Amino acid sequence: MTAPAIDALMRDWEMVVGLEVHVQLKTRTKAFCACSTEYGAPPNTNVCPVCLALPGALPTLNAHAVELATRAALALGCTVHANSVFARKNYFYPDLPKGYQISQFDQPLATDGRVEIGRREDGSPINVGVTRVHMEEDAGKSVHDRYAGATAIDLNRAGVPLIEIVSEPDMRSAREAGAYLRVLKQILEYMAVSDVSMEEGSLRVDANVSARRRGQTRLGTKTEVKNMNSFSGVERALEMEFIRQVGVLEQGGRIDQQTMLWDGAAGQVRPSRTKEGSHDYRYFPEPDLPPLLLEQGWIDRTLHELPELPAARRARFASEYALGDYDIDVLTADPVIADYYESVTRAHGDSKAAANWVMGEVLAQLRAGDGDLATFRVRPHDLAELLNLVRDGVVSHTAAKQIFARMVATGDPPAQIAEREGLVKVDDDAQLSRWLDEVVAEMPTEAERFRNGERKLQGVLIGAVMKKSKGRADPRRLNQLLAERLGR
Amino acid sequence: MAVTIHDVRHVAALARLGLTDERAASLVQEMNTILAHMDALSAVDTTGVDAVAGVGAGGLPVRADKGPPLPLTRSLDAFAPSVRDGFILVPRLSTHDTAEES
Amino acid sequence: MSGPAHGAGALREHTHRGALAASDTVASALERADEVNAGRDGLNIFVSLDEKHLRRHAEACSGFMAHAEPAPLLGVPVAIKDNIASLHHPTTCGSRILAGYRSPYEATVVRRLRAAGAIPFGKTNMDEFAMGSSTEHSAYGPTRNPVAPDRVPGGSSGGSAAAVAAGIVPVALGSETGGSVRQPAAFCGIVGVKPTYGRVSRFGLVAFASSLDQVGVFGATVDDAARTLGVIAGRDPLDSTSADLPVPDYHRATDGAIRGLVIGRPKEYFPESLDPRVRQRCDAALEKLRELGAEIRDVSLPHTELAIPVYYIVAPAEASSNLARFDGVRYGLRMEGDGLRGMYEATRSRGFGPEVTRRIMIGTYVLSAGYYDAYYRKAQQVRTLITGDFARVFASGVDVLFTPTTPTTAFPIGAISDPYEMYLSDIFTATANLAGVPAMSQPIGRVDGLPVGGQFIAPHFGEESMFTFAYALERALGDEARS
Repeated sequence: MTAPAIDALMRDWEMVVGLEVHVQLKTRTKAFCACSTEYGAPPNTNVCPVCLALPGALPTLNAHAVELATRAALALGCTVHANSVFARKNYFYPDLPKGYQISQFDQPLATDGRVEIGRREDGSPINVGVTRVHMEEDAGKSVHDRYAGATAIDLNRAGVPLIEIVSEPDMRSAREAGAYLRVLKQILEYMAVSDVSMEEGSLRVDANVSARRRGQTRLGTKTEVKNMNSFSGVERALEMEFIRQVGVLEQGGRIDQQTMLWDGAAGQVRPSRTKEGSHDYRYFPEPDLPPLLLEQGWIDRTLHELPELPAARRARFASEYALGDYDIDVLTADPVIADYYESVTRAHGDSKAAANWVMGEVLAQLRAGDGDLATFRVRPHDLAELLNLVRDGVVSHTAAKQIFARMVATGDPPAQIAEREGLVKVDDDAQLSRWLDEVVAEMPTEAERFRNGERKLQGVLIGAVMKKSKGRADPRRLNQLLAERLGR
Repeated sequence: MAVTIHDVRHVAALARLGLTDERAASLVQEMNTILAHMDALSAVDTTGVDAVAGVGAGGLPVRADKGPPLPLTRSLDAFAPSVRDGFILVPRLSTHDTAEES
Repeated sequence: MSGPAHGAGALREHTHRGALAASDTVASALERADEVNAGRDGLNIFVSLDEKHLRRHAEACSGFMAHAEPAPLLGVPVAIKDNIASLHHPTTCGSRILAGYRSPYEATVVRRLRAAGAIPFGKTNMDEFAMGSSTEHSAYGPTRNPVAPDRVPGGSSGGSAAAVAAGIVPVALGSETGGSVRQPAAFCGIVGVKPTYGRVSRFGLVAFASSLDQVGVFGATVDDAARTLGVIAGRDPLDSTSADLPVPDYHRATDGAIRGLVIGRPKEYFPESLDPRVRQRCDAALEKLRELGAEIRDVSLPHTELAIPVYYIVAPAEASSNLARFDGVRYGLRMEGDGLRGMYEATRSRGFGPEVTRRIMIGTYVLSAGYYDAYYRKAQQVRTLITGDFARVFASGVDVLFTPTTPTTAFPIGAISDPYEMYLSDIFTATANLAGVPAMSQPIGRVDGLPVGGQFIAPHFGEESMFTFAYALERALGDEARS
């Protein structure tokens, strides 16, 4: 069905969406044992008695996982509870070594948060409630197609710490769901708690969606939709499932509560073959882990010391750096870029110039390369220095671009490159006049036409001198000389 | 709350215990007898009583986010029933769409 | 039946002075084990006992030990219950599902024993996964009581109790969940100690009921048990439920006096139905304690009779979850079946015995949707009431409680087939597990030649006080404890 057709459906029918997002926390070791969480190790090498669930092994909680989970929950506006309880979620699956997952049930780490995902036409905020944030451990990986007739299990991932973020069913369209996910991801990136990459599996989304006639207050029966690999996949899956549900309801049918799987290749949802209703998890408090007691003072301090949230950063960029909305969006999309930009601005002073260079040259170079600012050779203070050289007239803007390219390749400081490659701006009248004379001699027609009033040829003549001078000529002085030489 | 054969089959499935029909039938009896003794608890007034949450009132100790993990003195293939190229093998799941095999 | 030649304390002294070589100690233990264990009428104490390995190990230690610092258990052979992970011998938990399973890591308690100079001596028989009170539910056959071989040694730590009672070793490790150390100690006429929950690390103890399990200690004498507990107790960063409290020198409690202290006699543990001869032995022991200057006070623990229903909901519930890991995937028995589901079911039905199956069924049921509140949650609430009984009595000025350990003496092998009747053997012991308080049994006499055990129960982390009373009673009874 096409977008306009969905819009038509949505005139009479309302889509209600809640999202459960699982996020891997960026700790060095697992949630309940000291095994490394590093990605890409050979199968079953980051394992120990605890995460292998050997007889007699016991869990011990990773302090940093608690810190990151708390930070995330606070950033989402939740109340973090001083007392929370781990619970066992019991079910059988070969990549779940203990036959239960240590999670939280009755008394989760945090509840009652809220995320602003956008604004309505009238300027009022669109908020999505966060019901709860709780801690749990990841399962291992099952690979089904590697060996005939067998499933291959790798437990490296078993025990990696996760938080589960459950939203209220507050979203009313696929777009709102997408917006929620993008805002959530950005907040968690800013808080440096996770890589939050759906592609890499550090962020996973399960959606709950139901349909009801507009005006109806009771919620319809929801289905669970799983197996999406991207935010756009989530949006499309939601629309397809909504369409399917409306189809059933319009015929007078009933929605069965079941799990649907998104088939991205086919662009459809289909029912999961797993039987619903056989999942009785028999939750009970984890006897191997006493209740987690957090000092209120520590919770308050963590809140106070939260890294700057995206919304706050955007507001600050507007007031401190006098940047427009577009520039702000580009510069704050990634907190690492935003940090970089601020360092440059602080060292150089001109926020607009810094913005142009970061959004232009820096981002272009990153896109051309591996995109990793951490390994980018141009450090903020170096870029600031280059901008200073331009501002002080030591190098021309054109030369600066060349110098920048050299900086990216070598990591050398700009002044050094300028000297070495003879890119220091020339504003010596004698030299400038010599070049000008050469150009006039080489381009007599253009020179004559300029002298006769065709001002637009200025660029051509100046450009020729710039080329001759390998970008070193000082354009301002050059213009003055040109006016004297060929002006009237 | 009497236990029926249906309950026994359901519980056995949850616990992945393969029961013969004979065993399932006798378990109906056994479970009912044992659980009958537990009925004494329903008569106890527990209003306002917290369920036990561990003897140690000190709360949950946490550990620093670093290794090394506890080493294994023998490698996985020394004790795992089926290992290949480092993976642990199990019979292929009949429905492998989601976790929780049916 | 005499005990081993030397108690733990003496063994340590002799070994340190070089008067005794570890290899000789181990050799005579092996000889004794051979005498009683093998053959049709053998006691079947050990699931595994690797003679060659032990002799080699003892040889290797001998040279080192003669010059070593007087480590607390230097040269002492200690039998280990087969649900405690050890590196050399298999850890089977008395089950087929772990037949031959060799743990690739060592339990904290075994590591501490070795660090103290002790020699882990084989793995002892037990009721499968510690579920039982007679050691008749083992996949490796029943163990016989050394005092009366047609009788059970008690359970689930029957093998460890028998190893000490048969004079093979002076000390053995067992485990407690509902009385599995104290009850066999009582049946076999030796000392058995259950520490406060959290006193001893559970890392490496195969979990049965996590909120109840503790490693326990058997000793030929109170001193043997006290010394050993001192070695294995203490915080373990690998066990989040282990307590961060200092460990006293428990064996110094032998110097303590009980004059002026108060011993509670809870009426619920002396019901009308109690065998009058057991009652008589208990009251005789109390009389000895009174002669030493202690005050005997009648007290009440009103929720005592709820202990068995509570225990038999909570323990199986936790067990059903703890035993889910035995699925044939990563270790232990794996049976073929129809696909993955078939593998799980075939493995677990072949691997688990009937009592374990029964308890997993009960446990799964009481946790399942619709029943959790009525059963599991309710039981955990009543458990708080049981714990409250002890707290109240101890807060009222009572220093320790004294009770019979079991309602009867050791019953004949095969005599009890009704599961619930078997569960009732735990009636005087399970309360201490539920409340987490320390408790111990020691021999206080015999009835028809069968040992009777008397139990001390102390407040949380009150082992020192408990041992003070135990040492005093042991001294006061002397040989009467065995008659």
